[in-house]
Amino acid sequence: MDSTAAHEPVVIIGGGQAGIQVADSLRAEGFAGSITIVNDEPGNPYQRPPLSKDYLAVDAPAEPLPLRGAEFFADKDIVLLQDTSAAAVDTVARRVTLSDGNTLAYGHLVFATGATNRALPCPGASLPGVHALRSLSDAEALQEALAEARNVVVIGAGFIGLEFAAGARARGLRVTVLEFAPRPMGRALSSTMSDWFTARHLADGIDLRLNEGVAAIHEDGAGLSVESTTGARYAADLVLYGVGVTPRTELAESAGLPLENGIVVDQSLRTSVEGVLAVGDCASFPNIHTGARTRLESVQNATDQGRHAARSILGASAPYTDTPWFWSTQGPIRLQIAGISAPGDHPVLLGDPSGGKFSIALLRAGVLAAVESVNAPADHISARKIVGLGLVVSPEALTAPGFNLKAFAKEALATPA
Amino acid sequence: MPTVTFVQSTGESIEVAVAEGTSLMRAAVTNGIDGIVGECGGQAMCATCHVFVRPEYAGALPPVSDDEDEMLDCTTSERTEASRLGCQVKVSAELPSIVVDVPADQV
Repeated sequence: MDSTAAHEPVVIIGGGQAGIQVADSLRAEGFAGSITIVNDEPGNPYQRPPLSKDYLAVDAPAEPLPLRGAEFFADKDIVLLQDTSAAAVDTVARRVTLSDGNTLAYGHLVFATGATNRALPCPGASLPGVHALRSLSDAEALQEALAEARNVVVIGAGFIGLEFAAGARARGLRVTVLEFAPRPMGRALSSTMSDWFTARHLADGIDLRLNEGVAAIHEDGAGLSVESTTGARYAADLVLYGVGVTPRTELAESAGLPLENGIVVDQSLRTSVEGVLAVGDCASFPNIHTGARTRLESVQNATDQGRHAARSILGASAPYTDTPWFWSTQGPIRLQIAGISAPGDHPVLLGDPSGGKFSIALLRAGVLAAVESVNAPADHISARKIVGLGLVVSPEALTAPGFNLKAFAKEALATPA
Repeated sequence: MPTVTFVQSTGESIEVAVAEGTSLMRAAVTNGIDGIVGECGGQAMCATCHVFVRPEYAGALPPVSDDEDEMLDCTTSERTEASRLGCQVKVSAELPSIVVDVPADQV
């Protein structure tokens, strides 16, 4: 650490997983200067993943799961501003103006502004009873609505939509899911895997309708009804939509930072403006796993980039190369993904899908690029260790009798490159 | 109120009181116990809430599920007979107090 970086104040905009991790890692790495987190939500920062899972169950915990304990910020001498947003950034004077009119000087500024839900582009989208899910207040509104609901319509069969659908179904509600695309979670999953999910959700009693988008939502006094692009109408007393997100980049844009589906950063997570970095859902970074500029929405990416950015602030310049991993729980189904698949990857089935515990290995030009696992955590953890190695492997090797990923990982890690 | 006592590898011991039905992971994260990360929020996805349950309490615990068993094979600090994922163990009337050791390394 050089002597300047050791003391210049750090300001972090955003109190989500990425922003909090930057602050935590800075202190863990010995940073002694002031750290201020500007969080536009009230209360203690909390974990978002449970909001669409455990937090909506009948036996949900009374409180959301905090990202850090209540004493953390005081103990680590980190200033957490709550219910305060950043209104403007002057990258020349190195100063942030806050919504309350105060200003903060910085030596390093970190954008950890996350993403926001894409609005539902149809008539009736803002009717009472139509919900999105991102924040704790969204989840609290849904918890209340779920307690009264009988018929639920979910618009969008992405992770949030299907996690919510499975949770609502587990509560015994009637659930219809409308998805405009031909398969669920289509951007994130191989077609083999998303087809398996379709069959499974249908078997679990979720009315999953593919190739059917929403045209309008109506309110007729008796309740809501969702009109689909096929002209069908579905009665609902609760509608949840999850139709993708967009990175929160307005502030970065007005500060003059380059954007490209997110705030453009280099391999060290620095923007082109001196002293300014971006991490997590809002950051568009050169990804060695996809070979392209990428923006990832995941806990792994938020925390690993948070740790990495802290080291960059302290003077390191190593590239960010951590292997991406994701998870989703949809009722009893635990999906875990290591790596990033792409259209055209060659799928190789590992295990028996009919038993509900299996994985799909995805090969790209002979290299193991990603592994999708259902209820097979050992496969997933093994894959997490080896996907980053860029191993060449044949489909025959993967399907040989007695093959398992755990033993394969052990051998791969023991073999010198 | 049930209590959970976390013993750090340094020997430091912290007792916290939590509501029935609270998982050890939630008890730890809510009370800022160092060494319990709970990065996945309690879904048994990340194995960063690994604890060693003191033997006198082990008998009162529900058995390790298949998924938990697989994740425990992948913890950073090596698994022992006493290993559990904190997110899968909840305090209750049957288990009103428990003492667990926190591993030296979690991630």
